Amino acid sequence: MSASLETAVHPENLRRVVIDPVSRVEGHGKVTILLDDKNKVHQVRLHIVEFRGFEKFIQGRPYWEVPVMVQRLCGICPVSHHLAASKALDHIVGAIHLTPTAEKMRRLMHYGQILQSHALHFFHLSSPDLLFGFDSDMSKRNIIGVAEKHPDTAKRGILLRKFGQEVIRHTAGKRIHGTGAVPGGVNKSLSIAERDELLNDIYQIVSWSRDAVHLVKDMHHQNPELYNSFGSFRANYMSIVGLDGGMDLYHGQLRGRDESGNIIFDGVDYQNYSQLIAEEVKNWSYMKFPYLKSLGTEKGWYRVGPLSRVQNCDFISTPLAEVERRDFAAFSGVMPMHAPLGYHWARMIEMLHAAEMIKELLHDDDIMGDDLMAKGERGNEGVGVIEAPRGTLIHHYRVDENDLVTMCNLIVSTTHNNQAMNEAVRRVAQQYLQGHEVTEGLLNHIEVAIRAFDPCLSCATHALGKMPLQVELLNGAGEQLSTMSRSNNGSICAEV
Amino acid sequence: MDNTFTLDGKSIPYSEGQTIIQAAIAAGEYIPHLCFNPEFKPHGSCKLCTVKANGRQTASCTQQPQPGMVVESDTKELNDERRVLLQMLFVEGNHFCPSCEKSGNCQLQATAYELEMMSPHFDQFFPDRPVDATHSEYLLDFNRCILCSLCVRASRDVDGKNVFALSGRGIKSHLIVNAKSGNLVDTDFSGDDKAAHVCPVGVIIKKRVGFAIPIGRRTFDEHPISATPHPIVKGA
Repeated sequence: MSASLETAVHPENLRRVVIDPVSRVEGHGKVTILLDDKNKVHQVRLHIVEFRGFEKFIQGRPYWEVPVMVQRLCGICPVSHHLAASKALDHIVGAIHLTPTAEKMRRLMHYGQILQSHALHFFHLSSPDLLFGFDSDMSKRNIIGVAEKHPDTAKRGILLRKFGQEVIRHTAGKRIHGTGAVPGGVNKSLSIAERDELLNDIYQIVSWSRDAVHLVKDMHHQNPELYNSFGSFRANYMSIVGLDGGMDLYHGQLRGRDESGNIIFDGVDYQNYSQLIAEEVKNWSYMKFPYLKSLGTEKGWYRVGPLSRVQNCDFISTPLAEVERRDFAAFSGVMPMHAPLGYHWARMIEMLHAAEMIKELLHDDDIMGDDLMAKGERGNEGVGVIEAPRGTLIHHYRVDENDLVTMCNLIVSTTHNNQAMNEAVRRVAQQYLQGHEVTEGLLNHIEVAIRAFDPCLSCATHALGKMPLQVELLNGAGEQLSTMSRSNNGSICAEV
Repeated sequence: MDNTFTLDGKSIPYSEGQTIIQAAIAAGEYIPHLCFNPEFKPHGSCKLCTVKANGRQTASCTQQPQPGMVVESDTKELNDERRVLLQMLFVEGNHFCPSCEKSGNCQLQATAYELEMMSPHFDQFFPDRPVDATHSEYLLDFNRCILCSLCVRASRDVDGKNVFALSGRGIKSHLIVNAKSGNLVDTDFSGDDKAAHVCPVGVIIKKRVGFAIPIGRRTFDEHPISATPHPIVKGA
């Protein structure tokens, strides 16, 4: 239904409404909506307007620099890029199996990242919509408004995030853009003092995380009609799961399911991701559109992130989060939950899981060990995959005999969700804008749908040299004199 | 050491033949510098160590003191000029501290912190300088070269090899290696050479070390450069 809204047949006669920038998300994006005289929606697009290019300028740099350099893609989830790159480069130094201390320190860093990012997204960015209403007073619809009306909720959100940042500081050296993971292992373990500092707070953090799950769960129970239907669309979904089928956000194998929850593929070694996934380029966005090769571009797009992961795994290893996962599954029933607002619930279950994992790791003496590095036979290619806060993150590198990077491919979490986010905003446009006079409150409904995915738009654009472009030369009367276009294979065509 | 001069009002003893900066370092005093290293003959090229001696500007690494000489170093005027020199060095090369493995161990970065350089100020040159990774154990990242010539002096005067040289003139000056191919692998450079361990920035890099030393344990994480007048830099 919504695919027809990607491109209007006659855009020239339509009114253009633009949301620019989309607010309370990471990075810069905009939404364009084309409406006719009767406010019928003809076209809706989420555009990503940033351009980065890390895949290109990492070429020619020494591989050991990469985990620190590529994390500069992002100030919100640098740890995810840091770890995905390190995992890929473990294959270059032959460290297929890390030392227990290295693996647990990296996991601790990662769960700190999941905790802080999920807290930031839910409390700072999305809770204003959920607590006050999508079309409530815009001047109050922000974290300051939450702090005034719900001071305990706002305070907990801030302290949860702060704790996650402290975990990162102790494992990576800095709260943002640290250096903890290196190809083959880590460069530090925890001191007793650092461990004890984190142990002091972790029980409170677990308790607050569970309260956060209940807060969102109650919203779904109190207003199931809204939460089940808002922007809802059916989609395939994908994530890594642990070798035992349980939730594992740090390492595992790729599993995909169709919209009914049936497994499409399972147990796929992510070193072979390129046999599974391809990316389509469209001429109106800097962000590519990944799809499953076996299903093609039309049917092969899929969703990643918390909503996928909580429903893709067979169980969660930590007890409190597992109870919540079962409640979530019972609420959604036989079919998987596809509603975008379900992302928030799933995200809070993952935050609880991250808090419980941190607690487990802090009680494991391996995190204070001194065997930090492993190595083995030198390789020249490696893929690293991790479940970043927003979804599956793929880093792929090739390195030459002089230790310089010759190829880099990044498929970032938000990129996987490109088609899904477009589907969501088209559904919301049809549900809420169709036939209505456009207001700020109605447009915020579009943003609420985007925010549910917690997109990080700055990470997601890398198509340097491959972007299809069209340049039009017009005269003063607006008549087209000539055009020049570049296709996605790089060929250039001029028409006069 | 009967003679003394004053450095910012403090009495500094010196021996015959010592330069101002050598006497200052011996007395535990800091004068900003980059191309000076007490183990080598002064080069006088970076001009960071410029002081006012009896009211006249001079490079303290080459100028010998006179009895009773009044030397000014830590003044607003001189530090402002030093900061401009640093800014020019930063924009002339490609100094990306956030992803540089020498960060925290780099004298250029530490000196910029010391002199409170808050921005590069000038337009970046963004020169195109590919790295030389041909040697199995060492890598040359020319992007970070500040033309201090310490590697040139070390290779020539200590190692007796002449592996490195500065070529070109003015803005086109650049570091080269002594091989027809222009590649380090075709020289007789060795990791045991003095030249392998004198770079104050991140040009001569031992391969596959990277970020092995965590943040917080790097040379200038522990002390600012002024607290270690001539620091032994970790990983150098």
